[in-house]
Amino acid sequence: MTQNSIRGTAAFVGAALAGIGEAPGRSSEDIAIEASYKALAEAGLTTKDVDAVFGSLPGDCSPLSGLLISEILGIQPKFTDNNRTGGSTFLSYTLMAAMAIKEGLCDTALIFYGSNQRSNTGKLVSSVRPFPYEAPYKPIFPATSYALAASRHMHQYGTTREQLAAVAVAARQWANMNPVAFARGPLSIDDVLNARMVSSPFTVRDCCLVTDGGAALVMVSAKRAKDFPKKPVYLLGAAAATTHMNIMAMDDLTVSAAKDSGERAFAMAGVKPTDIDVVELYDAFTINTILFLEDLGFCKKGEGGPFVASGAINPGGRLPVNTNGGGLSCVHPGMYGMFTLVEAIQQLRGECGERQIKDAKLAVAHGNGGVLSSQITNILGTADTL
Amino acid sequence: MPRLLDCHERPAARPQTLFFHTLQNHCRQETMSTESAFSGPGPDRVFQQYLEKGEFRIQRCRDCGKHVFYPRLTCTGCGSIALEWVQPSGSGTVHAVSIVNRQADKGGPYNVVLVDLKEGPRMMGRVDGIPHEAVKIGMAVKAKIDTSGQAPFVAFDAA
Ligand SMILES: [Zn+2]
Repeated sequence: MTQNSIRGTAAFVGAALAGIGEAPGRSSEDIAIEASYKALAEAGLTTKDVDAVFGSLPGDCSPLSGLLISEILGIQPKFTDNNRTGGSTFLSYTLMAAMAIKEGLCDTALIFYGSNQRSNTGKLVSSVRPFPYEAPYKPIFPATSYALAASRHMHQYGTTREQLAAVAVAARQWANMNPVAFARGPLSIDDVLNARMVSSPFTVRDCCLVTDGGAALVMVSAKRAKDFPKKPVYLLGAAAATTHMNIMAMDDLTVSAAKDSGERAFAMAGVKPTDIDVVELYDAFTINTILFLEDLGFCKKGEGGPFVASGAINPGGRLPVNTNGGGLSCVHPGMYGMFTLVEAIQQLRGECGERQIKDAKLAVAHGNGGVLSSQITNILGTADTL
Repeated sequence: MPRLLDCHERPAARPQTLFFHTLQNHCRQETMSTESAFSGPGPDRVFQQYLEKGEFRIQRCRDCGKHVFYPRLTCTGCGSIALEWVQPSGSGTVHAVSIVNRQADKGGPYNVVLVDLKEGPRMMGRVDGIPHEAVKIGMAVKAKIDTSGQAPFVAFDAA
């Protein structure tokens, strides 16, 4: 039972967003602190209650993010972590926080993220250095790496640009029901296809946004969680898997490590894909959604294209996916993984207004890091699912 | 520290094929010592030194036979440090392709490919000599050394 011992032992009692879209004049730290303050406040806590800190800021400028944010908050945590798996990282902070809480190493864990990349530079801020065996060919990082994977999926399974575009259109339809989403308004398949080509098969509308934004989460033990103002959301399963760093080293460009992370996370949670009410995936590019739906078991390998083109993931479809609008239309400050968790938690609490999935009890949040390199799956549930 | 096993690390000043042959045979009779893999120029540097001499080399594991690229200290197949530098055939197949839509005033579009070398490893590359749109998955390509930039690197022609 060691694998299942984490299941349901920790819960999210605070979740908040900050600086979504544009936050001119505000630093990445400002955005992270604002989110942290708000997540703690909705849990009835202050910064002084925090004894474990996990989190990330963008780029190379603040690699000691956990230390910096703790110092700014004026706290001396017993446990910190700042790992470097890319935008998936937050979905392993949840697992580590749950383990630390279970072992009694800490009581109240804060997970933070903040990035002002849009206001600061206007483009994706990456801490990844050019790789000497790829740099001479001038791939656009990271778009060309994902584009190469997409070309392979199209070649092997007949996936089309129209099917890729359907992912972007679905994300936009969800964003149009989310007041904080950055990109709202009509978007058609033709709009996606006719947008400026970036790295084939991707136009700019197949690529995630470049925005500011941050978020924070507060985790405590399941035992304590019942005493907080918000309905607790429990971490039922979590697993990480890694296949490579650079796209040239990815063995099978059509199968991501999400297959492995998903299987183990579902096993820990004791549920199956057909049990899931709402799915939040890291959609850095339109191919991501297709790959992860396949790899996590929501459709068969190779059938992701027809699946999304059928309208299954659009509002009203049979599987709600990226209900906040995703990285494609809601927010993408560089490390989107955090936002899959916030949207999953808010859906399970029933706080999502027009886009709320009725009676949502089980959610998948799935993070991607690097260039399809790190895959981390979390399964979250309400008290009914314990 | 004895440096008998330098053959795995750096090209010689002597004629390459003769030197290589001799020392490969020598190495086969030796137990691979950590000194040989873990001293002298590292694998990235050795690879670049070969390119500067006009040679494309990849590594092959003398323990499991796997070819390895990009250059490494340990075999990705079995973990051995017995990697030797060998000349690949240069033949490969396009595995994936994307055309980067660079603006015309900055030089226009160019292709980026992943190529499966005949020996097994996959590498990134660029295919020259045909229109970008004609670069297709599955097509045969042949490696060459592009010396047009600051440092030489491997590119491909349609075969
Ligand atoms: Zn080997």
